[in-house]
Amino acid sequence: MTLPMGRAMREVFGETVAALAAEDPRIVMLDGDVGSSTRADIFEKAHPDRYLQMGIAEQNMMGVAAGLSTMGLIPFVSTFVSFAVVRPLDQIRVLIAQTGANVKITPGYAGMFTGQTGMSHIIVDDLAIMRAMPGMVTVAPADDVEADLALRWAASYRGPCYVRIVRDATQRLFDTSYRFELGKAVVVREGRDVTLMATGTQTPRVVDAAELLAARGVDAHVLHVPTLKPLDDDAIVAAANRTGRVITVEEHTVLGGLGGAVAEVLGERRPTQLNRIGLQDTYVQSGPNDELLDIYGLSAARVAEQVLAILGRA
Amino acid sequence: MSAGSAAPLPAGSAESDTAEIARLEEAARRIRVEVVRAVNHARAGHLGGPLSAADILAALYFSVMRIRPEEPGWPDRDRFILSKGHSSIGLYAAMALRGYFPVEELLTFDAAHSRLQGHPDMTRLPGLDMSSGSLGMGISAAMGMALGARLTGKGVRAWVMLGDGECQEGEVWEAAMAAPRYGLDNLVAIIDHNKLQQYGWPGDGPDGRMPPQVPGELAGKWAAFGWRVLEVDGHDMPAILSVLGDATRGDGRPTAVVAHTVKGKGVSYMEGHYFWHTRTIKPEEFQIAMAELGEPVGTEGGAR
Repeated sequence: MTLPMGRAMREVFGETVAALAAEDPRIVMLDGDVGSSTRADIFEKAHPDRYLQMGIAEQNMMGVAAGLSTMGLIPFVSTFVSFAVVRPLDQIRVLIAQTGANVKITPGYAGMFTGQTGMSHIIVDDLAIMRAMPGMVTVAPADDVEADLALRWAASYRGPCYVRIVRDATQRLFDTSYRFELGKAVVVREGRDVTLMATGTQTPRVVDAAELLAARGVDAHVLHVPTLKPLDDDAIVAAANRTGRVITVEEHTVLGGLGGAVAEVLGERRPTQLNRIGLQDTYVQSGPNDELLDIYGLSAARVAEQVLAILGRA
Repeated sequence: MSAGSAAPLPAGSAESDTAEIARLEEAARRIRVEVVRAVNHARAGHLGGPLSAADILAALYFSVMRIRPEEPGWPDRDRFILSKGHSSIGLYAAMALRGYFPVEELLTFDAAHSRLQGHPDMTRLPGLDMSSGSLGMGISAAMGMALGARLTGKGVRAWVMLGDGECQEGEVWEAAMAAPRYGLDNLVAIIDHNKLQQYGWPGDGPDGRMPPQVPGELAGKWAAFGWRVLEVDGHDMPAILSVLGDATRGDGRPTAVVAHTVKGKGVSYMEGHYFWHTRTIKPEEFQIAMAELGEPVGTEGGAR
């Protein structure tokens, strides 16, 4: 029994921000010339006067967004994650984070599902970088439902935030009764033997892995951590208390992302045996999505295997 | 003024008024005095850049920009960004003398907990429209302000001052590419073209360093990117007023004002030497500078 597929997060991105803009005339969309891929073009069709093509010039785009925000507008900035984080990082730091600008950095093509692009386009450390930046809220939604809610939250929040959006359809974790709350982690499976913590679109695969583990006699507790900053320290400690054993799983480098964040919290508040599944200080090659998940150990089956090995049950 | 239009300065009036010129030249002199005094007091900061920019800052803050020092957050004010943020003390001096905050506060420049940080921090000092310090960024933010004014129907003009060395940053040319696409004739970039950067390439220029650009390079580049280019002697107040007035009369393009200036202007031993970009001042040098700026140390003006 695996979780069903949801809609592609990028479609939800275009539709949700367009819907928000229909209600709030302050919302504008900045596009770094990839709107037909990120689906910022959905916004463009709905609000052509508030779709702002910025060309292939991401540093300027971040600065323009900061300037627009000082005029009372609410800019959503859209390009690929690979060009939205590292390339204009100093502009984000000085003009957006240090000024507290009301700018929403909402890039598409997060994680490994980028349409077989290769390592120039697959950023493995966006969550680590953004959460390390003072003043930057960092969110990685699990599915289309949570992406919609996180984008709605972002529009209502006054300040800089980063919400990563995934290109392709991924599994749906939540139903429409779910309520996203900033800074709150959510238990998505109750268990007693080991706590698995995951973020972003990795969480549904971890829930599937937990079912595979159950068949092997391991009852996993699963905590979904959509907000990397502010981090839900209390929920992390409670989930560690629950089983006394924690394994983090992320579609991201294990350095400084969810695994790093959880290690910081547990090290200070509840020293716990911790293992980190994810990208092991490596870049990611191009390839079909399913193959990449297997190669880098992030498919449900590969996660389950690694958990069993870690627990000495392989 | 009505929303939606960026009205030009009255043509001719202020520009031809000799009393007005004298008032602005005195404002520029006072800016230079306060710059030298504050940097001497802080034993840190920059001198060359603020001194080259002083006349333009005086023209902007005492005549050209529509601002309300008593209401720094006035929504319909013109915006100003000092993209060459290392010249912050020049901006602070102009703002203090214009009435944004007490002139005495200039002596807190660079100090811990001061509102007058080494590079401008808009979260600390009301009246600063943007933080700066990492070069090349101010023009992008100014473009956003000009575009935002257009989208919200405000008759707001965005002014940004860049250094000529700063124009080596790639982001400047990203903005230069993008702004004409939106026809932002409410955006004015002023380049303080003092022909020196912090250190510069080695060569047979002054003190063995080369200027940041060859003659004519800046004007040619901005024009090639689709900007209206105006050139001016950045120390000639009537000419500055005339050109900045022209800059307010938009023609559908953003305007680049290439202001030819002298680094360290007003203090003879600083003029034209790159090392006064960051060099601090010795006591005897301080006395000479203040005397040359018409404010000998020990007189009423220098006693503070």
